[in-house]
Amino acid sequence: MSVDLSQFIPSFLEESFEGLEVMESELLNLQEGDNETIHTIFRAAHSIKGGAGTFGFDNVTEFTHLVETLLDEMRDGRREISPKDTEILLDSIDCMRLLIEAARDDEEYDIDKVEKTSKRLAETLGDELSTDSDNQSTTKVAENNISGYNINFVPEHSLAKTGNDPIFLFSALAELGELTLCADTKDLPALKDIDAQELYLSWQLTLYTEVDESEVREIFEWVEDECLLELVPIKAPSTTSASISASTSSTQSSSSPSSTLTNNEQQTEPDTSQKPTEDIEVQDPETKLVIDSTAEDNNITSKTKTKTKGKAEVGSIRVGVDKVDNLINLVGELVITQSMLSELGNDFEMDKVERLTSGLEQLLQNTKELQESVMRIRMLPISFAFNRFPRLVHDLAVKTGKEMELVIKGEQTELDKTVMEQIGDPLVHLVRNAADHGIETSEVRLANGKSAKGTISLDAYHQGGNIVIEINDDGAGINREIVLAKAVEKGLVEANAILTDSQVYDLLFEPGFSTAAEVTDISGRGVGMDVVKRNIQSLGGRIQVKSTLGKGSSFKVHLPLTLAILDGQLVKVGSETYIIPLISIVESLQIDNKLINRVSGDMVLYRLRDDNVPVLPIYQLFNLATECTEIDNALLVVVEADGQKIGLMVDDLLAQQQVVIKSLKDNYQQVGGISGATILGDGSVAMILDIPGIIHMALAQAQQAQRVKTDGNASVTAEVCL
Amino acid sequence: MNIQEMAQDIPAEGEHVVEGVDFITSGDQYLTFMLAQELYAVDILCVEEIRSWEQPTKIPNSPSYIKGVINMRGIIVPIVDLRLKFSIGEATYLETTVVIVLTYESEESSRTIGFVVDAVSDVLNIESTDIKPAPAFGGCVGQQYIDGLINSEKNVVTILNVNHLQKVEPHSLHS
Repeated sequence: MSVDLSQFIPSFLEESFEGLEVMESELLNLQEGDNETIHTIFRAAHSIKGGAGTFGFDNVTEFTHLVETLLDEMRDGRREISPKDTEILLDSIDCMRLLIEAARDDEEYDIDKVEKTSKRLAETLGDELSTDSDNQSTTKVAENNISGYNINFVPEHSLAKTGNDPIFLFSALAELGELTLCADTKDLPALKDIDAQELYLSWQLTLYTEVDESEVREIFEWVEDECLLELVPIKAPSTTSASISASTSSTQSSSSPSSTLTNNEQQTEPDTSQKPTEDIEVQDPETKLVIDSTAEDNNITSKTKTKTKGKAEVGSIRVGVDKVDNLINLVGELVITQSMLSELGNDFEMDKVERLTSGLEQLLQNTKELQESVMRIRMLPISFAFNRFPRLVHDLAVKTGKEMELVIKGEQTELDKTVMEQIGDPLVHLVRNAADHGIETSEVRLANGKSAKGTISLDAYHQGGNIVIEINDDGAGINREIVLAKAVEKGLVEANAILTDSQVYDLLFEPGFSTAAEVTDISGRGVGMDVVKRNIQSLGGRIQVKSTLGKGSSFKVHLPLTLAILDGQLVKVGSETYIIPLISIVESLQIDNKLINRVSGDMVLYRLRDDNVPVLPIYQLFNLATECTEIDNALLVVVEADGQKIGLMVDDLLAQQQVVIKSLKDNYQQVGGISGATILGDGSVAMILDIPGIIHMALAQAQQAQRVKTDGNASVTAEVCL
Repeated sequence: MNIQEMAQDIPAEGEHVVEGVDFITSGDQYLTFMLAQELYAVDILCVEEIRSWEQPTKIPNSPSYIKGVINMRGIIVPIVDLRLKFSIGEATYLETTVVIVLTYESEESSRTIGFVVDAVSDVLNIESTDIKPAPAFGGCVGQQYIDGLINSEKNVVTILNVNHLQKVEPHSLHS
């Protein structure tokens, strides 16, 4: 065809990965006699094969063909569905993913693995396959010295319903050489019995060409399972007309999928319509009709539109139509408000002030709603991140020999795409840990009076402006004493330190910490939990651990809904305005000098009920000039991060508002204590404070100060002071 | 040919005939500006815009030559005072003080930074063969920032390397 196929490759890859995901999740749900599931898996494999063939990813096609054959046997009931087959199919899916990824990146892939799997597939398939490949090889031998083919093409009646149009095939064939074709109308029923969506015709085609048979067959690739196709090589050359002419009957126009597919109006027409389509001129039965090139172009462009363009590396989001509709409605309202306001502005008099304020209020409302719905477009259900876990748990169960099941709840909870992409790996780590360290073997479980099968549950839900993801297991729980002993051994805590439970669990997130007795290839090397925590923190989230020995553990991950916008409290320090994320503010108060305590030299603590909160003047931290250096009557904003409270001393509290986060890194660099900048209503720039970063800075400064004072001898860390 | 004369005959928008401006030139064009009494130049293709000085928002704990960031149509643009960075002249901020916003696009990223200078002076057409290497005899401006020297009438103009100008030295928090 004249279309540049390469533009569709990204969509093909995207669809293939989706297809693989479908296959994977369905396979894990597969049970005996569940035909619908097998059909779904088969369909996914089939479209991957078809697509791969079209784009010339031959290794993918070949491999998928094997998988498809196996699935086909299952579908027809010729083969029992055994766990062994499921395992092989799962492995095959991995291989397909490998192959497609290799095709996408144009890189080498693990040939050994693919070959091993395809060998296993072939063994499972047994004899049937060898005959299949025999057929292929015999047809290949016959290719030499051929000037053309006689093709007998008998499609199934339902061919049109699958979106295949013989006209496309014929135009593609015509590009390979000279094509004459003759339609066989003997199956055509009487006019009143015709179902417009069925295809009643078959064709005898003669193609004069020098191309290989495989290329000819490739054209029929999408339809080969739905038709009878015979290719007979011929030798005599011919000089028939160059234009494609097809004898047909009037019924073809109504049975042509080009009318049902590309033209919605056409679809709603009553069936057996005699209405000619825009593409095909219908004359009397048995007349010849000419397919002109514009018709072909039309079809091609309409096909192009249905596929999404875009580069693979850019990434795309599928957005529900309702969300887009909502957006369009809002933009409509905005336009109306705008025209109202501009009309008002044309001849404004003071008595119209009321209308102006109401107009502006409406504008505010519109903007807010528009902002919310735009943000909603970026929101995806968390099932995108949860999808991979059934397979993961299945694999882990096989690997560890433990019995376990995964329960997923709240997969419709929506989360920002960026957050979703970055939370995937930490979650995988946590689930792995739960499976490896948490869940015990069946014997141990039974001995402890639990059910033999362990349960890992994933739960996602909204809580305030946050999304919470819980990873629970009903396994052994975290043994506080072992953790503590290990921490002492590693020198993380003093041998006789008294720590609360949550402090002990926090030790799990220290680099290089693992309590697994043995290092397995699943987990236990102690790399990871610190990375998990860091990843979650970099998303502005936090993680909490709860555990009961013998009952199980629970990891709670709190994440912000979106990274782009946050609710902020504007504060003034000197001449500068800063923004403190509302989410980290515990409370704001006026300092009462009776509650100020000075300890260990120059550290200022503020008694907040039972807590002693260290006071940190922002002007000191940022080296600013300010008039309010007196602590006595200053304002204190108490913030919390990592379970640590500090009080930030500010000059004044200003408004609370939503701010759009802009990165400083784009044109500058990351600045300590600052998570980004934003533009305020008056067009000026304000810095957004990074509370965990500020706490770290304060710690570092305190440590530095201490080192100076004690000449590096004191081993007391600032952590203990704070 | 006298294509330049022809260009001068073309009336600009609003029927004004602009004289003395080379519309079509050979060679590269450079924007020259003043730092104290010295002339410097940057590739004109890197110039995003020339703005008047406005007080930027300070970046905490940044070196003194980084004056802060401003909002340029929704983009956060850092402002570097070249006079402070190169220790040339006095860093005074008057109504005539200007900020040249430069964008340098490399293969992987593009960076936009504003530079405070005393005044913008002229646009020069320079053949690359006329650019002479700068003698390595000290001076306040580091060698890595200098692409070469060019003679313009009585003055010597220093051509600055925009890519190097835009490299922000990492600064520690506890200076």
